[in-house]
Amino acid sequence: MMSSDYSPEDYVKTTGVMERRTSRKLTTSDLSYGAAEKLIADLGWDKNEIDALVFVSQTPDYILPATACILQDRLGLNKECLAFDISLGCSGWVYGLSAVAGLIGKGTKKALLLAGDAKPRVKIEGEARDPLFGSAGTATAVVFDESYDGLKFHFGTDGSGFDAIITPDGGARGPVKPSSFEKEDVDGLMKCRLQTRMQGMDVFSFGITTAPKSVKKLGEHFGFDYLDYDYFVFHQANMKMNNMIAKKLKLAPEKVPSCMYHFGNTSSASIPLTIVTELKEKCENTPTKFICCGFGVGLSWGTVAFESNNMVISSLVEMADEEADQKYVV
Amino acid sequence: MELKDFIESFAAQFDDTDASEIKAETVFKELDEWSSLIALSVIAMADEEYEVTLKGDDIRNANTVEDLYNTVKSKM
Repeated sequence: MMSSDYSPEDYVKTTGVMERRTSRKLTTSDLSYGAAEKLIADLGWDKNEIDALVFVSQTPDYILPATACILQDRLGLNKECLAFDISLGCSGWVYGLSAVAGLIGKGTKKALLLAGDAKPRVKIEGEARDPLFGSAGTATAVVFDESYDGLKFHFGTDGSGFDAIITPDGGARGPVKPSSFEKEDVDGLMKCRLQTRMQGMDVFSFGITTAPKSVKKLGEHFGFDYLDYDYFVFHQANMKMNNMIAKKLKLAPEKVPSCMYHFGNTSSASIPLTIVTELKEKCENTPTKFICCGFGVGLSWGTVAFESNNMVISSLVEMADEEADQKYVV
Repeated sequence: MELKDFIESFAAQFDDTDASEIKAETVFKELDEWSSLIALSVIAMADEEYEVTLKGDDIRNANTVEDLYNTVKSKM
């Protein structure tokens, strides 16, 4: 499970991950469903009024149909609800938010954005998941407010880095065949072509240069000083990387919350998860200005600036399949 | 940027290796302490101190500390 290259202590120091939650049974949609039910209840929403459901994940329940359709049914939403999946990871929540923002006000009044990654598609016998990654599903509710001047976004894509984080086989480019299950040495770890591999150094160097630039560009484009914002929530992938990003942007540490220590890298869930676990008490009853930045697989990145006003933040729901699950500690 | 300053900054990324063991001609990937995590520290150092973006290939293609110094210098 661990590389023989470095000690567990050094691993925690660099990545920031001490423990994370995974499940052998619950999929991303299961976790997102749990989050959605709780949020809908806390908001006191009438499910019938939900016009749109967007599901962001790279671990959907099935290759097809879209998991959003399954969730429409499972949540008992209106049959005139718009529902679709977005296949993005680290940048996924920001992109999902922009998709929802594009729908809101044009016939859509209430939308649910569900985002996360959990149980991988391929289970390799006798192997535990990469200790960096955790499972999480999140729900974000967006509602139309005529007086609000809107969410502000900056996006970027660099497909030349498509193989920086990649699951080589299982798609149309590399259909599943017997050799897909054979292990090969990928930077000191034995992985098969149905497992995600990452070029750590390239992703790190991409993250520390791209994220700060994106935040700055957003401010420049919309004419605001990003330092005026209250909280900066970055995708939680590597603590060392995030510390460098915060340093480059000259951000006070108390403005940059993190939940990596307990949850690991939860892909598109990491930004909303951080808000729930670290900022609930601080933000729910106060107008708060957020800048959130997701960056990674694709290579894809997105930054959003928004102001909340009496945002309802539900508390964390920990779900487990009684028989199958346990908490993994690095 | 002088070679000796770079060597010093490079050596600072190691916790357990004496600075005297890290010289221009040192094949850094053969150092006991070298790991993928230290590689990240080196990338961070190059960005912070020299405003240079090192990629995975830059680290893979460099053998000695001096090789890496030359790579960083060429990007400045």
